[in-house]
Amino acid sequence: MRKVIWLAPTIYILFLMLPIYWLLNMSFKTTNEILSAFTLWPQDFTLDNYAKIFTDPTWYTGYFNSLTYVIMNTSISVTVALPAAYAFSRYRFLGDKHMFFWLLTNRMAPPAVFALPFFQLYSAVNLFDTHIAVALAHCLFNIPLAVWILEGFMSGVPKELDETAYVDGYPFWRFFLRIFLPTIAAGIGVAAFFCFMFSWVELLLAKTLTSVAAKPIAATMTRTASTAGYELGLLAAAGSLTIVPGAFVIYFVRNYIAKGFALGRV
Amino acid sequence: MARISLQNLRHSYLAAPKTEADWALKRMDMDWSDGGAYALLGPSGCGKTTLLSIISGLLMPSEGRVLFDGKDVTDVPPDRRNIAQVFQFPVVYDTMTVYDNLAFPLRNRGMAETDLDTKVREIAAMLDLDDMLKKRAAGLTADGKQKISLGRGLVRSDVNAILFDEPLTVIDPHLKWVLRSKLKELHQRIGTTMIYVTHDQTEALTFADQVVVMHEGTVVQIGTPVDLFERPKHTFVGHFIGSPGMNVLPCTLDGATPCFDGIPVPTKFPVHGNGGAERLEIGIRPEFVSFAENGIPVQIVRSSDAGHYQIVDLRHGEHVIKLLAPEGAALPTDTAHVRFDPAYTRIYADGWMME
Amino acid sequence: MINKTAYPKAWLFVLPVVVLVAFNAVMPLMTVVNYSVQETFGNNVFFWEGVKWYEEVLHSERFHASLLRQLAFTGIILAIEIPLGVAIALTMPTRGVWVSVCLVLMALPLLIPWNVVGAMWNIFALPDIGLLGQIINGMGFDYNFTQQPIAAWFTTILMDVWHWTSLVVLLAYAGLRSIPDAYYQAAKIDGASGWAVFRYIQLPKMKRVLTIAVLLRFMDSFMIYTEPFVLTGGGPGNATTFLSIDLVKVALGQFDLGPAAAMSLIYFLIVLLLSWVFYTLMMRTEEQ
Repeated sequence: MRKVIWLAPTIYILFLMLPIYWLLNMSFKTTNEILSAFTLWPQDFTLDNYAKIFTDPTWYTGYFNSLTYVIMNTSISVTVALPAAYAFSRYRFLGDKHMFFWLLTNRMAPPAVFALPFFQLYSAVNLFDTHIAVALAHCLFNIPLAVWILEGFMSGVPKELDETAYVDGYPFWRFFLRIFLPTIAAGIGVAAFFCFMFSWVELLLAKTLTSVAAKPIAATMTRTASTAGYELGLLAAAGSLTIVPGAFVIYFVRNYIAKGFALGRV
Repeated sequence: MARISLQNLRHSYLAAPKTEADWALKRMDMDWSDGGAYALLGPSGCGKTTLLSIISGLLMPSEGRVLFDGKDVTDVPPDRRNIAQVFQFPVVYDTMTVYDNLAFPLRNRGMAETDLDTKVREIAAMLDLDDMLKKRAAGLTADGKQKISLGRGLVRSDVNAILFDEPLTVIDPHLKWVLRSKLKELHQRIGTTMIYVTHDQTEALTFADQVVVMHEGTVVQIGTPVDLFERPKHTFVGHFIGSPGMNVLPCTLDGATPCFDGIPVPTKFPVHGNGGAERLEIGIRPEFVSFAENGIPVQIVRSSDAGHYQIVDLRHGEHVIKLLAPEGAALPTDTAHVRFDPAYTRIYADGWMME
Repeated sequence: MINKTAYPKAWLFVLPVVVLVAFNAVMPLMTVVNYSVQETFGNNVFFWEGVKWYEEVLHSERFHASLLRQLAFTGIILAIEIPLGVAIALTMPTRGVWVSVCLVLMALPLLIPWNVVGAMWNIFALPDIGLLGQIINGMGFDYNFTQQPIAAWFTTILMDVWHWTSLVVLLAYAGLRSIPDAYYQAAKIDGASGWAVFRYIQLPKMKRVLTIAVLLRFMDSFMIYTEPFVLTGGGPGNATTFLSIDLVKVALGQFDLGPAAAMSLIYFLIVLLLSWVFYTLMMRTEEQ
């Protein structure tokens, strides 16, 4: 039993890789080959699909747009969450428990509920079809998440650290930036990772709030599927490329995932 | 109950150890007699937990054999060696009641409910847990939980030895001595072999009949607490045991007389020349250093009050010598002379006592 | 636990967060509440309707149908993903280079944009050109998720399991890693069987992470939109039209602001209520 137990994760991982392999497979085929034959690897290997994406502005701007608002959102969310998490962790103030709970309920809000209202809201403030609009909209669920994660990590740092710094004469901001933040670096990493993840994968709000200028890659892909009538190879290539940033991020934070999970909120 | 023997034992955590330093436990042979109360004493990293794990079967030694009553058990897993182990922090099954916790090892071995009921209640009474049997284990204090851990080991009547791995670490100080006395009482009552690992010399010296002092993977000395105190076989033992530890001063030989900084230091014990050793040292406990008219000139640095006595720090050149003086005794002010009691002055060659 | 000091000015720390979240939450919600109690015939003219929309939604068969579909979907998802995730976490390596490899590969599905997940499974499961489609049909089943409701459900559920089980695995794995070795050693000495170790040591120690996993999966599966929409469009017919999909159809498709708004609030309240129930239940069993 001992020796065979590794079969389980192996089979599971194979199961996970299967659709991805299929996607990659299709991305290297011509649409012709896809529709006419059923092959496990490309008979007629082609890089045309990828070439199209790298050369056609309507395609590659989609990636840039997505990356832009995701990075904006992660930066904003983590930055504003830091002082708030500190306050929740160290201080008692009027309404603190209720505030914290209210923040968490926003994570429970179905995005579908907000689709139309957001459309109207962001149009009203003239932010429709901008990167910042999507970045701000995603704050709805990312900021509560960031605050929750960071508060967990911060509670693990004893208050004595703060008090020692004050006794040593550090002004607050210098203490916060030079001493406190490095202590919870793992937590910041975890929070940033999750913000990135949830913003990168979310489609409904991103699509609702954009049309041309800030159109995310997700929207470009759906357009392809419906109008041009199944340019499958192209679709597959576009999809494959969206996996790349995610893979990169996981690879770089792999050590922190294991550590961060064990330490923080969880 | 069994006689435990370790033969030719050596252990390394590395797959291919090369140097002596790669071995966590250096080669050793040891016998633990049936029913004894032993303490494994040493600083962190000296190998005592490794040794304990090898005895309990949680760790397979790289080399050597473990024998229980002459039977080779090196390959036998822990649950069939009939040992019990109490860990550093309380290990209890939170979701079960105290009763079920104590009954767990017996149920696993298929004992009938009526039989184990008597056993569980007997052990619970011994440990003062009988009024808490219905409570959920998670709700007890740390010392209560450690008692449960201990209890799970005691319920098995076929237990060969009980092993303790620094069990009082998380217990409140004022409860520590209660538990310690309880353990001693239990040992006298049941008579099972008990091996107690600790880095605290007070615990070791009060609990054990025989103390095994370890240092860097080697057993340095085995003996009764008095033995270790009066006849430390290694400078490490002298230094580690006693508070403050033994004074260790460099020594030269003038013929057959040991000298410290040129001043002869008489000793009652035989001195056989240099014996090829690189380093000679004099060991003398602060208890046996006293002020005298003439002898080794020293300067008084400071005196600390330690309750019933004072610890006086003296300096000779660049060496520090500690002396214990009775509480309230008058001390010389600036310079003085000290002498070492020859009956307790020992010479050490490369750390090991010359005899 | 940190001894917190009372400090009224701490509000300033929290202000940016409150502003940003309130802007996104309070104002839209107010709009929604506003619409939910009014009627409009266009031209920005509104009439007060009170609870008319709420009654209409709560009595609507269409709403009941999508609510039931949603409950069934979420129930099946939880029943599969939680045990499966825990089981896989139990079998994962604990030391060595394979740990990183496993974690990275398992996390991959979690970082794929949700529409790509839907599109990927669409291509994967199509009966004529998809690998899965071909395999199932090859085994003798008549499988076409674009036309058969059962096949559509099967594919949607399989897709969600593929997509999200890794989250449960990662959380459960983290929980397992935090159990000190001494527990396993003591169990060995006590002669406990593998099942006993799981029941009395691993499961209780994982209570906290499992609560988080169940809550997260419940909430997210209840709000699911993109993946099933891209995969099946809600079809065939209405077969896989879950609550979010239905709501967006009503709101953005038909622009029935009143009913959409009422439905939104009911939807939100259901999620809040069920989350609270789940949470309390799991916390209560922990205290016992």
